[in-house]
Amino acid sequence: MSNKITIENLSIIFGKNKSKAIKMIKDGISKDEILSKTECNVAVRNVNLTIQQGEIYVVMGLSGSGKSTLLRSINRLIDPTVGKVFVDDLEITKMNDKELLNIRRKELSMVFQHFGLLPHRSVMSNVAFGLELQGQGKVQRNKHAIETIDMVGLKGYEDQKVGELSGGMQQRVGLARGLANNPEVLLMDEAFSALDPLIRAQMQDELLLLQEKMKKTIVFITHDLEEAIKLGDRIAIMKDGEVVQIGTPEEIVTNPANDYVESFVEKVDRSRISTASSIMFSKPKMARLSKDGPSLVLKTMRESGLKVLPVVRTNRTFLGFIHIEDVVKLKNEGLNTIESAIKESVMCVAPDTLIQDMLPLLSKTNHDIPVVDESNFLLGVVSPTSLIAETTGKNKVEINSIIQKAIDL
Amino acid sequence: MILGEYIEDGINWLTKNFSGVFDGISSVVGTLVSGIEAFWLWTPFYIVIALFTALAFWKAGKSTALFTLLGLVYIYFAGFWDETMQTLALVLASAIMALAMGIPLGIWSAKNKTVHKIIRPILDFMQTMPAFVYLIPAVLFFGLGTVPGAFATIIFAMPPVVRLTTLGILQVPEDIVEATTAFGATPKQLLFKVQIPLAMPTILAGINQTIMMALSMVVIASMIGAKGLGVIVLQGISQLKIGLGFESGLAVVLLAIILDRITQSLGKKKG
Ligand SMILES: Nc1ncnc2c1ncn2[C@@H]1O[C@H](COP(=O)(O)OP(=O)(O)OP(=O)(O)O)[C@@H](O)[C@H]1O
Ligand SMILES: [Mg+2]
Repeated sequence: MSNKITIENLSIIFGKNKSKAIKMIKDGISKDEILSKTECNVAVRNVNLTIQQGEIYVVMGLSGSGKSTLLRSINRLIDPTVGKVFVDDLEITKMNDKELLNIRRKELSMVFQHFGLLPHRSVMSNVAFGLELQGQGKVQRNKHAIETIDMVGLKGYEDQKVGELSGGMQQRVGLARGLANNPEVLLMDEAFSALDPLIRAQMQDELLLLQEKMKKTIVFITHDLEEAIKLGDRIAIMKDGEVVQIGTPEEIVTNPANDYVESFVEKVDRSRISTASSIMFSKPKMARLSKDGPSLVLKTMRESGLKVLPVVRTNRTFLGFIHIEDVVKLKNEGLNTIESAIKESVMCVAPDTLIQDMLPLLSKTNHDIPVVDESNFLLGVVSPTSLIAETTGKNKVEINSIIQKAIDL
Repeated sequence: MILGEYIEDGINWLTKNFSGVFDGISSVVGTLVSGIEAFWLWTPFYIVIALFTALAFWKAGKSTALFTLLGLVYIYFAGFWDETMQTLALVLASAIMALAMGIPLGIWSAKNKTVHKIIRPILDFMQTMPAFVYLIPAVLFFGLGTVPGAFATIIFAMPPVVRLTTLGILQVPEDIVEATTAFGATPKQLLFKVQIPLAMPTILAGINQTIMMALSMVVIASMIGAKGLGVIVLQGISQLKIGLGFESGLAVVLLAIILDRITQSLGKKKG
């Protein structure tokens, strides 16, 4: 993958005495102190990041953390105070008016929280607006507009005035307007924040579906972690103008860099983000088909206290499970291979299976759930206890005491 | 009256050294007024009445159309037709000039903070001045007659349209302006495709006010020799002809209501 957008040492300061504020940033002085000493508001502070071609890059943070300002530096609706912004190899921060106009028209589209549509115009002419600004003729631009209107599910609404549509519909128009000029980058500033929860979730799903087909580079601003996790390939978290952590949703949730990030993460339903690979035990006890006979397997089981073991080939290809009763039987019969006792029909999961999707399996199985890759390589196992521990947020000791209490009742 | 002498000297100097400018203004305004006046006087009265009634019906609906019809018929039979057409011509000519200067000025003031800062106090000052004060410089520069009347009217009627044009453009929501810029609009595209269309209702309110102020000024401008209904009103007052004063006054009121209704309805859809 190649870098689509690169931001280098970007700082954006609002106020008069910028040079003094820049110096204070270099000296590591805090936003509040800079504000009180120079009356300058440091909206973005020394940000470095790269956004890859085709990814959904989410920027998240509390209100006032500088997300919108950062986003607007990409199409230079706001000029950076220091630093550089590149789209591909083009340095946005160096462009003259004409180049800037051109890249805004052709490559960078934007979708806004409050839509920013033209209320006196129809859906069609709003969607075609970007093309109209480029100077395209009416017939041609309406043809493009119709296609995009279909794409966002607004077929039949072409001639309605946008002021007459619901919020969700208006944002579809906003999205269609952004897509109509077939840009490479889509900048979305809290695009779904003004919608009610149901419509919002629906729009998120549709954006993901569209993205599968389009493979645009999307920079998505939100202050909602659930949304960030659902949409983001990667997430950057901002605080007081700084980027405090960048990572995949899973990295952010399992490994918050500081208390600020942690405070976001706490509120999240972990089963919707964590995957099998993050809670699996990657060095389980195993029975190797060609090497371990019944006696050895029985020994391993006794030593580890397990009644069931996964069976693998020497190259760790998963074959199935073997139960202690069957091993005892084999031993009594004097056989020296365990092959005949392998239970093959077991439920496996992939490493990126969400924990919420593994929970139903607990109703069918009471032993470990194997995690395998496409070639059936056994990556590890997830025990029912750790599955419950992860979803409830309780540790094993607490779970055991709950079980104990239940038995005592 | 030493101050008066200084001012007189100043004005004399201006008229002497800038006579070309004043002659230019004079001939432009004069031609415009007499052209429009000639048109209204040349058109037969019944066609004028039909035209206005139709316009009122098309834009403002039945009741305004009926009012327009009755009002104009009264004016005709009361014997004020020519004077009314002269007044109308002067109003239209002055309003056209006031709008032609006022709307661009309003746009400029919306786009440029410095211009805004300079223009606003001037407009405030202009609106606190009584109408007939405007007659003084008009007479000083242009003497007596229709042209100074039109000049005073243009200046007097301009503030509302400047003010409301600026207001309308500044009222366009910031997020719409931002979105338009983000999609690569030039400042000109932003102005003509977004700001002016969205400011239109407010600008039209300004146009309506300017026309109404022009009418009130045109009547007063009879004091310095402008033709029209004002002359008769003045006659009625100065010669204590109460009946004449009342009848001509009524004609002014009717004309005012007709113009107001029709210009107000311009921005709205028929309904
Ligand atoms: N035009 C401006 N002039 C002065 N200060 C500004 C301007 N725009 C933003 N700021 C300040 O910069 C900081 C960052 O603002 P920004 O809008 O980027 O935050 P945000 O993370 O998008 O917040 P929100 O979630 O509320 O949209 C804030 O302190 C804000 O007050
Ligand atoms: Mg914001």
